[in-house]
Amino acid sequence: MLVAGGTDLYPKLKRRQFDPDTLIGLSGLEELRRVTGDARSGLRLGALVTLAEAAEHSALVQAHPGYAEAAGLVSSPPLRNVGTIGGNLCVDTRCNYYDMTYEWRESVGFCLKKDGDICLVAPGSPRCWAISSSDTAPVAIALGATVTLVGPEGERELPVSAPYRDDGIEYLAKRPFEVLVSLRLPPTDGVRTAYAKLRRRGSIDFPIAGAGVALKTDGHCVEWARLVMSGVGSHPVEAPAAGEFLAGKQLTAEVIAAAAELAAKPAKPLDNADLNHFWRKRMVRVLVEQALERAATQDQGVLGRG
Amino acid sequence: MAERQELKVVGRPLPRVDAAAKVTGVAVYADDLHLPRMLHCRILRSPHPHARIVSVDATAARRIPGVKAVLTGQDLPIRFGILPVSQDERALESEKVRYVGDPVAAVAAVEEEIAEAALRSIRVEYELLQPVMSIEEALQEPPDEPIHDRAYTRQPANLHRRVNYEFGDLEAGFAAADHVREDVFFFQGNTHLPMEQHSAVATYVDGRLTLWSSTQVVHYVHRTLAKVLELPMNRVRVIGAVHGGGFGGKTDPFSHEIVVARLAMVTGRPVKCTLTREEVFYAHRGRHPVMMWVRTGVTRGGRITGQHWRTALDGGAYGSYGAASVFYTGTLQTVTYDIPAYKFEGVRVFTNKAPCGPKRGHGTPQPRFALELHLEKIAVDLGLDPVELKRQNFVKPFTRSVNWLRVTSCGLEECTEKVLAASGYRRRERRPGRGMGFAVSAYMSGAGTAIYWNDMPHSEVNLKVDRTGVTAFCGAMEIGQGSDSVLALVVAEELGIGPGEVRLTTADTDLTPVDLGSYSSRVTFMAGNAALEAARRMRLLLVEAVAEKMGVRGDLSEIEVGDGRVGDFSFEEACELATARFGALSSTGSYTPPRMGGPFKGSGVGPSPAYSYSACVLALEADARTGLVRVERVWIAHDVGRAINPLLVAGQVEGSVYMGLGEALMEEQAYRKGRHKWPSMLEYKSPTFVDMPEVETFIVETIDPEGPYGAKEAGQGPLLPVIPALNAALHDALGIWIDEVPVTPEKVLRALEAKSKGQPPRHGPKGFPAVDYGAPIRVEPPDPRDMRVGEELEAAFREAEGRRLC
Ligand SMILES: Cc1cc2nc3c(=O)[nH]c(=O)nc-3n(C[C@H](O)[C@H](O)[C@H](O)COP(=O)(O)OP(=O)(O)OC[C@H]3O[C@@H](n4cnc5c(N)ncnc54)[C@H](O)[C@@H]3O)c2cc1C
Ligand code: SF4
Repeated sequence: MLVAGGTDLYPKLKRRQFDPDTLIGLSGLEELRRVTGDARSGLRLGALVTLAEAAEHSALVQAHPGYAEAAGLVSSPPLRNVGTIGGNLCVDTRCNYYDMTYEWRESVGFCLKKDGDICLVAPGSPRCWAISSSDTAPVAIALGATVTLVGPEGERELPVSAPYRDDGIEYLAKRPFEVLVSLRLPPTDGVRTAYAKLRRRGSIDFPIAGAGVALKTDGHCVEWARLVMSGVGSHPVEAPAAGEFLAGKQLTAEVIAAAAELAAKPAKPLDNADLNHFWRKRMVRVLVEQALERAATQDQGVLGRG
Repeated sequence: MAERQELKVVGRPLPRVDAAAKVTGVAVYADDLHLPRMLHCRILRSPHPHARIVSVDATAARRIPGVKAVLTGQDLPIRFGILPVSQDERALESEKVRYVGDPVAAVAAVEEEIAEAALRSIRVEYELLQPVMSIEEALQEPPDEPIHDRAYTRQPANLHRRVNYEFGDLEAGFAAADHVREDVFFFQGNTHLPMEQHSAVATYVDGRLTLWSSTQVVHYVHRTLAKVLELPMNRVRVIGAVHGGGFGGKTDPFSHEIVVARLAMVTGRPVKCTLTREEVFYAHRGRHPVMMWVRTGVTRGGRITGQHWRTALDGGAYGSYGAASVFYTGTLQTVTYDIPAYKFEGVRVFTNKAPCGPKRGHGTPQPRFALELHLEKIAVDLGLDPVELKRQNFVKPFTRSVNWLRVTSCGLEECTEKVLAASGYRRRERRPGRGMGFAVSAYMSGAGTAIYWNDMPHSEVNLKVDRTGVTAFCGAMEIGQGSDSVLALVVAEELGIGPGEVRLTTADTDLTPVDLGSYSSRVTFMAGNAALEAARRMRLLLVEAVAEKMGVRGDLSEIEVGDGRVGDFSFEEACELATARFGALSSTGSYTPPRMGGPFKGSGVGPSPAYSYSACVLALEADARTGLVRVERVWIAHDVGRAINPLLVAGQVEGSVYMGLGEALMEEQAYRKGRHKWPSMLEYKSPTFVDMPEVETFIVETIDPEGPYGAKEAGQGPLLPVIPALNAALHDALGIWIDEVPVTPEKVLRALEAKSKGQPPRHGPKGFPAVDYGAPIRVEPPDPRDMRVGEELEAAFREAEGRRLC
């Protein structure tokens, strides 16, 4: 198994959620620590850039504030100093029947994702519903960013969304031994981004829902918009209907509310994360609104606010 | 204690004596101890909430290279428990397991990983029993068998303890009321969450056992080890290692302490066991989940005429302090409010969950939450200002309550004034989504009676003075609350030296005289008084020797002690003079609280030599769309009697606010499928410091007549008003009542939904279960002006034999 910052993997090894024979540390790959490019040409972030670096990188903050903001909202300061942006895109899916010690899982009965053969959240289900919990994936996908993977069979560049699968167990369609080497964010080119995160506490907690937005306007109306949510399914969930709805409209309060309503539809929280899942489902709309509002007000002079 | 001198160190905001060692990381906690040839122990725990143990086979584990010993229930059959009436635990269970986490077997090996692997090879055959996971279920007769033997509980169903008292004429009280209101509340259980996991290291050399432990009470661990291991107490030494936080969670003797001791005896090598964070959630002894029903009669003007309580506590699997906890849900209401007739019925049940016990505020935060909110509702019913309604019912200083609790100094009024003025509560902006809430509370400065019956002092201090300086010895355990600093300050004050010049040896049963431990907010009060006595005796010896040298006769008061001098001599010279004059110098002091309880069985729980008082105003913002609550600011005033060190007091107050907010908003010892839902620091939500609002602390001093320099407690009381103040503020903000703790956003939305549908605007329990509390003990109230204690009070009881109604 590969390990970058280890902030996700090491606690899981301790709880025996993985029992790999070999760990391959990536931290010696100096060239994966660099950020190159600028707002005009687009930025390339090496996979080992830490979350703290990403959150404070001035060119990045300027080019895609929503992405930098998402990186700065991951967990807590010590973890952001060590955790990497590559690791964040590859972060394991979560479930509170799964993110527990071996003894606890043995006591309640092992589940599909590790050591068992049923799903404890949805016992009739043939699949695992563990939750995609990356804070940075939604904005990266909404922006149309790409990742570069390098493996024994060569190098390939894919949209960020491509490797994700709607499966709590096989959540990444990455080939074994393929290393995510970089993330390429497109030129700013008038695109606005924002991220809104829901968690119980002001620090440490994973998102129990997150909404990433990227949109472009022609000065009055939205040219295109993409909305992607975290924490509401086993993969980052896109809301194409909301994006289509927004196209050609002014971002008034009514329009934002209607778009958020559409976006929240595909969100299906289950009872396997913090707080009540019905409440979480209701909050998705609020989060999407917050993200859209923030993207809209990045330049208030241009956009109509109803 | 009479005011005698101008205070030099007492009352000054000095840094803690242990601050440097702790913040630089050089303090040696139990888990930091590494002894030569030390073995590591891991404990096998039950994976089932309720099961009979059919067999335990450890043959394979014993064969694993590196494994030095394996213990099972057979090796430690003697039962123990913190209270003499609840000897219901075993270090390792051999007959049945009663919660997920109950200890069953233990391994000592050369490495922790080997011990862990060995646990997996121990085969335990269980016969599963129906788990009992709620108060309601525990009140029913179980389908198969009760959690504990009937021979032990002598109670039906899964009941553990019942209490039922009536003080004064309740019927008359309600008859005198213009308005009567009933409410039901629920307070969810939560845990202490200390930073340090429990840890213990044992050695056994030449027939002597030594145990270092992260405990709050070396004396109780000492007693338990002697009992379970069948060793005379003089063969057992318990040392309190530097402590990383307890909050009540390390006040019981624990399985791992006994297990490492036995393993050290069996292997002849030192053995250590540090619990994992998950195991700390199982060791628990935290806040009981409590259902509460309360009925109060008031006059039109808001004066309370009578009050009736019913409580039901979910005790988890073992007794722990539970027999006392059930009392505490009913006894302390009367030391804040003057209630002329009072009835209290309580029951504690056993369930198949981690055992509950004392957590900061022990048994009183739950009814305090309910009482303060209940009075808020009565104020709304009557169209009165809740602050004024509460205020006109405040107890007066130097009175005795209907249930015989003696109130001495009482700063309720002053605390209330302080927080009202600072917060601008009366002039607050009335805007939907913003609110302020007010609440008060009281807490004990140590329990008036020891947990096991004896006539000995509750705290003892020895002082040694010689040509090298001063050392104080006391059994009190520094758990972060600052007890070492208080000892040093008291001794320094009396001997006229700096606190840094007092060396301390604390919490070592070979070296220090007995103190009953760091719980019940008793240490500053009791060990402080003992230290004061010892230091005054020592001071007298120094003064006498100096007087002789100076040729002063008769009145020695002209010999000044202070600033490192005794009369004409430096402190060091005075020590030499006194040693030359009297030989080896030592002095002792002790403190025994006076007998204070009323003339009835069970009157030992509740009396305290002094009560602290707190008042709190909390401001918050609540979002009606999401149900999310953000606490903006807390103003809190605490009557500590006298702040021996105002920095330590403020620290305790702020820590209490922090812990109270966690309980109010998120902390939850929740269960799912018979298991703790989230025994992990990440999933069990407790606030981080970015969630902490600004806190404005006011220290109120009432100079208690019995406390050292007039001091009372500060470690627990200030937690109490924070929780109800939050719920009251939420009502102020959104017009809803959340009659349940914690207040999650979902509950807020549910209450708002009920409100919008025209239903009662609340979320909380629908009713209170039917409980047979048995016949009440009826007690005639005392004369409220009767302040007598001790012998005098007992003489009065004998005279008034006939007054007893029970
Ligand atoms: C208490 C706590 C709170 C947390 N809170 C959050 C949160 O709020 N939001 C959030 O998004 N995450 C959170 N995390 C998870 C984690 O810290 C972050 O996601 C972090 O960015 C992971 O990066 P890392 O470099 O430490 O990954 P690692 O732990 O090193 O790796 C994580 C996974 O990605 C794989 N991987 C890592 N790098 C590469 C690569 N370059 N190529 C291929 N595979 C790779 C690893 O094999 C592993 O499976 C939290 C973790 C903890 C312990
Ligand atoms: S969703 Fe089901 S299968 Fe997946 S981790 Fe949770 S309990 Fe296991």
